[in-house]
Amino acid sequence: MTVLGRFPALAGIDLEVAAGEIVLLRGPNGAGKTTLLRLCAGLLPITRGEATVLGHDLTDRRQWRALRRRVGLLGHATGLYDELTVADNVRFWGQAAGAPEADIDAALVACGLHERLAGLLVARLSAGQRRRTSLACLLSRRPELWLLDEPHAGLDQDGRDVLDDLVRRAVASGATVLLSSHELERAEALADRVVTIVAGTTDPAMSVVPTPAEEPLLVP
Amino acid sequence: MTAPLDAAPVRATTGSPGTRVWGGLTLAGFALLLAFAFLWSPADILQQDAVRLMYVHVPTAIVAFTACFITTVASAMWLRRKTEGWWVLGAASAEVAVVFTAVCLITGSIWGRITWGTYWDWDPRITSTTLLFILLIGYLSLRRIDSEAGDSAQRGARSAIVGLLLFPNVVIVHFSVDWWRSLHQSATITRLDPTIEGTMLFTLMLGIVVFSMLFAWLLVHRFRLGWIEERVGATGLDDAIEERRAEAGVPAAGATL
Amino acid sequence: MFRDAVLMAGKDLRIEWRSRVTTQQIAPFALLVILLFGMALDPDRGILARASSGLFWVAVLFCSLLAIQRAFTIEAADGGRDALRLSGLDPAGVFLGKAAAIAVQLVALEVVLAIGVVIIYGAEVTGFPLLIATCLAATAGLAASGTLYGVLAAGLRVRETLLPILLLPVLAPVLIGATRSFEAALGGVAADGWPWCGLLVTFALLYLTFGTLAFGTLLEES
Repeated sequence: MTVLGRFPALAGIDLEVAAGEIVLLRGPNGAGKTTLLRLCAGLLPITRGEATVLGHDLTDRRQWRALRRRVGLLGHATGLYDELTVADNVRFWGQAAGAPEADIDAALVACGLHERLAGLLVARLSAGQRRRTSLACLLSRRPELWLLDEPHAGLDQDGRDVLDDLVRRAVASGATVLLSSHELERAEALADRVVTIVAGTTDPAMSVVPTPAEEPLLVP
Repeated sequence: MTAPLDAAPVRATTGSPGTRVWGGLTLAGFALLLAFAFLWSPADILQQDAVRLMYVHVPTAIVAFTACFITTVASAMWLRRKTEGWWVLGAASAEVAVVFTAVCLITGSIWGRITWGTYWDWDPRITSTTLLFILLIGYLSLRRIDSEAGDSAQRGARSAIVGLLLFPNVVIVHFSVDWWRSLHQSATITRLDPTIEGTMLFTLMLGIVVFSMLFAWLLVHRFRLGWIEERVGATGLDDAIEERRAEAGVPAAGATL
Repeated sequence: MFRDAVLMAGKDLRIEWRSRVTTQQIAPFALLVILLFGMALDPDRGILARASSGLFWVAVLFCSLLAIQRAFTIEAADGGRDALRLSGLDPAGVFLGKAAAIAVQLVALEVVLAIGVVIIYGAEVTGFPLLIATCLAATAGLAASGTLYGVLAAGLRVRETLLPILLLPVLAPVLIGATRSFEAALGGVAADGWPWCGLLVTFALLYLTFGTLAFGTLLEES
């Protein structure tokens, strides 16, 4: 259960995600999907209850830093520096995470940012192009857990295909993905499982009980 | 994580038998102090009756500095333990300190006016006390902003760090200002302080004791007030949770907690 | 930690290089402050030349407020703080990197101000070693304490008004120490100035240490 300010954003989440799954979170605006994703990234405190992500206990703040290195969050905010170029940004965030040059270059290529766009200032980019840049930053880190908050929003068709492809490839090499989306058709095609969240609470009737997994990832 | 709620109802007053006795003693102390200050202690040779301001000015300065120390310690302990008590103590101490600092500045200024004709003379103590005043105001401003963000464990580090630095800053500032002013006529340092002995010394000591008692009394009450505020805040939390779940159409208090 | 500091400082300086805020906005502001003081104090050359140490350092303080605000405005844009927290960078490294970048900018501003003061106030420059040492020590202290209080104020909407009131009283010792040291260098006995320089170094070390330890906690506050 997470309280933001004086507002309990998440009032009763009961969720388990197995390794290698792609889980889609859906629900109306204000339901708490973004909060849940940020929580899993180790950004928000838990006021009551428990949660474990990738083996880290979220109620223990000291474990947050270790957790953050292993996850990648693609949120609404881009976290990019407007005054720097695309390449500068991806390089900075990649190096900050300790990614080798090769991974950074590969990420730029995979997101279609290596040619014309690489030298452009982020301030000049469209929203969709910024999304791609953020995605490249995430990709270069090779996180074990991908947390995507409405990733398709703002991307063009091509971008969406690229994203889906990247997600599938990441899962194939062992990552787990938790995403929220209003693009239900595309997202449901991508996901293994759908969980509905309403007003900060998971709706039990809507989530499929998962088959027992080797490694429960998240136990609130 | 917030502690479980108290089952006992919140008290309506911050008084208690202990504080009433203490308050009574403090008042008696003040009566005694006034008697000594105005009647029984002699006027200074040079300053005449103006020296009697010292009996307020010096104790309030000492108390203000002590209060800053308490705030710093409370901030440090809060950072260590994250319990509400330390959080409330930090602000309570700072608020009381502001009052004492203001009184100190005013009496110092008046004293200066009487003895050498100006309200301000860059006396090192007054200068550093003024900076202390501003440091306190900054801290309290920050606290007010911080307390608008809900959960105390999350919001507090900002204020706590400033509070933690408060006393060290006071010390550094005091030291620098003192050193600086001592470069000029050394008379500047002791300008305000007359030679103190005998009854005057006793009165001064009495003043320090009485003002300290007053400080303690005020601190306890302000602390209790803050404590009650925190309790009220925690109660609001459960209601908010219930509302949120009702919005979701979930029956109250499920097994998920 | 140092690797992260270098990365961070490099990024900040690269942003400064591209956006040129320090050179195009803060430096002119610095000159403006010098001019305004001159106008206010009436260019009776005597007063200005004698007061130039103090006026110089007051101007530096004002400029440092701007520089610090700017340093954190960069991070405030579009979820920058979250990104920093998630990035894997050591917070101590972030602190040192940011402080270093601010320090570099401040030194550049001090050079501009120094030239302004020499030309406009007619101050005479002697005692170079002490001057340089003072500048370095004072700048280190300014940058370290500024970065600490800057990150503290950065997440708040009232940051522009809160930062000065939090930071300037803390910087009073720096102002006192730097001015006394400069006065000793510029006309008096240089030997008098070195103890003040010592005060500045102590201040800088205190805040560098404290900032390194506390920055991580402060970065968590959103």
